[in-house]
Amino acid sequence: MSEKTPSEKARSEPAAAPLLEVRHLTVQFGTDGRLPPAVNDVSFFVAPGETLGLVGESGSGKSVTAFSILRLLPPAARIVSGEIRFEGRDLLQLDQRDMQAVRGARISLIFQEPMTALNPVMRAGEQIAEALYVHGHGRAEARRRAVELLDAVHIPDPDRRAREYPHQLSGGMRQRVMIAIALACTPPLVIADEPTTALDVTIQAQILDLLRELQARFNLALLLITHDFGVIAEMADRVAVMHKGRIVEQGAVRQILRAPVDPYTQRLLAAVPGIARAATAPSPAAGKGF
Amino acid sequence: MVPLLDVRRLTKHFESKGGMWRTPTVVKAVDGVDFTVNEGEMFGLVGESGCGKSTTGRCILRLVEPTAGEVWFRGDNILHYSRERMRKARREMQIVFQDPYSSLNPRMRAADIVEEPLVVHKLGSREERRARAAELFELVGLERGHLERYPHEFSGGQRQRIGIARALALNPSLIVADEAVSALDVSIQAQVVQLLLDLQTTFKLTYLFIAHDLRLVEHVCHRVAVMYRGRIVELGDVTSLFANPTHPYTRALLSAIPALDPDARRTRIELDPGSFVLGAPLQEVAAGHWAAV
Repeated sequence: MSEKTPSEKARSEPAAAPLLEVRHLTVQFGTDGRLPPAVNDVSFFVAPGETLGLVGESGSGKSVTAFSILRLLPPAARIVSGEIRFEGRDLLQLDQRDMQAVRGARISLIFQEPMTALNPVMRAGEQIAEALYVHGHGRAEARRRAVELLDAVHIPDPDRRAREYPHQLSGGMRQRVMIAIALACTPPLVIADEPTTALDVTIQAQILDLLRELQARFNLALLLITHDFGVIAEMADRVAVMHKGRIVEQGAVRQILRAPVDPYTQRLLAAVPGIARAATAPSPAAGKGF
Repeated sequence: MVPLLDVRRLTKHFESKGGMWRTPTVVKAVDGVDFTVNEGEMFGLVGESGCGKSTTGRCILRLVEPTAGEVWFRGDNILHYSRERMRKARREMQIVFQDPYSSLNPRMRAADIVEEPLVVHKLGSREERRARAAELFELVGLERGHLERYPHEFSGGQRQRIGIARALALNPSLIVADEAVSALDVSIQAQVVQLLLDLQTTFKLTYLFIAHDLRLVEHVCHRVAVMYRGRIVELGDVTSLFANPTHPYTRALLSAIPALDPDARRTRIELDPGSFVLGAPLQEVAAGHWAAV
């Protein structure tokens, strides 16, 4: 990755100051070095207000990359090297207290599974308000704001819904509540880890529309982790493709989808049903897997 | 031509009895479903969660006992079969499940899983069954040397191949593939789909392909039925149905699929439940294309 032609360099580096810049991140599981790094020398950036799609198959390291940014890795994982520059600081150098002030307030996270990510014994409104008062807002104001946020994510009758528990909400509504929690402190960056994977396609369409609308309204930058190229095509400005811990290709969404250069990206796209290139792809059955 | 499978007015209502605190409820999971599947066809059954597509698949194999209706298989209504006769009939009709993790017994070796249907149906000697398991293993692209392994030693795609090998053990003519590739990564999914298609050619298999991935169904199926709230709202050739969706639900569903082209014009159609009558009979809107409008 060190040798670059000028044009490649232009494409992979930000025009203006990026909001987030990950440099040479390497993450290792286990201490004896027997396992290959889960994330291996990964570099990318996210500019203010843009959407970067991080795409890859299971085990490619995309979620580990995202969790590294928030320093929410499991104990077995270790960040071996790299920098995570965000708003002028290296997040990897922050102490726990400063890091806690970043999580939720400056960078928030939307999880895949709204049923397990929400607290089942806490009312929806209270879970949104919690995100506010841990960052110093008063309780009464946080509650009032929670209802406003439910309205912002287009939940009808927000006053009533704020008093309901997750099991009383549909899957799509639960995902809206999670988005409301993520937006509570209007952070400049939201990391969305497969935000629509568990949802039906019509609900997925509504959630993607909502994310786009909120992105424009609050000038959010989105790091969107997904395995679905349809979601990428709808949402992303730029795309980084991960495979076995490395970013094998990154660039503008049209370039990646229409003229992928890396052989892995080409094979991956060829496997997506409905992509025209599929006809010219080598028979998937012939391969031993990627 | 008599279709291989002819499903008529298939109905499954789940009733929960009332108790001290609850009123009795009836969930009409499958509510009068009609379709036929021809020999050698890949027939898609699509819809969103809870529409009744999986229950339909299970009712056809009588893994769930239907409330009413008829299921004609090779000209016989199998809903009249005795338990014993039905068990024998299942040699002809097998199922591949969605989750390759929960559908294989973790304490059985792959070889035992694949040959279990032969044991159940008392076919062959121990050696013959072992040989058959090995043959099936190779057929689905697994290595003979891995026969003695346990499920956890295989990847998700390989496990799904074991599930397919098990379904093929009895030389069935119909395979119900219930979200058989949904849990797999896209590149693995492509391989398993290719395997299903290859096996179809080799053995003249007929598939009832239950899925929620519409793009995949468009890619692999001949005909497709769209289910909504326990009913088929539209049915037709894949080409015709995807080009000219007629029922409001089908239109909303297809418009929700993310386009793979970033410059595609997006026209989301919201479903207006007032725009159609649920339970309207299917009418032919084009040759071989029916919609409940």
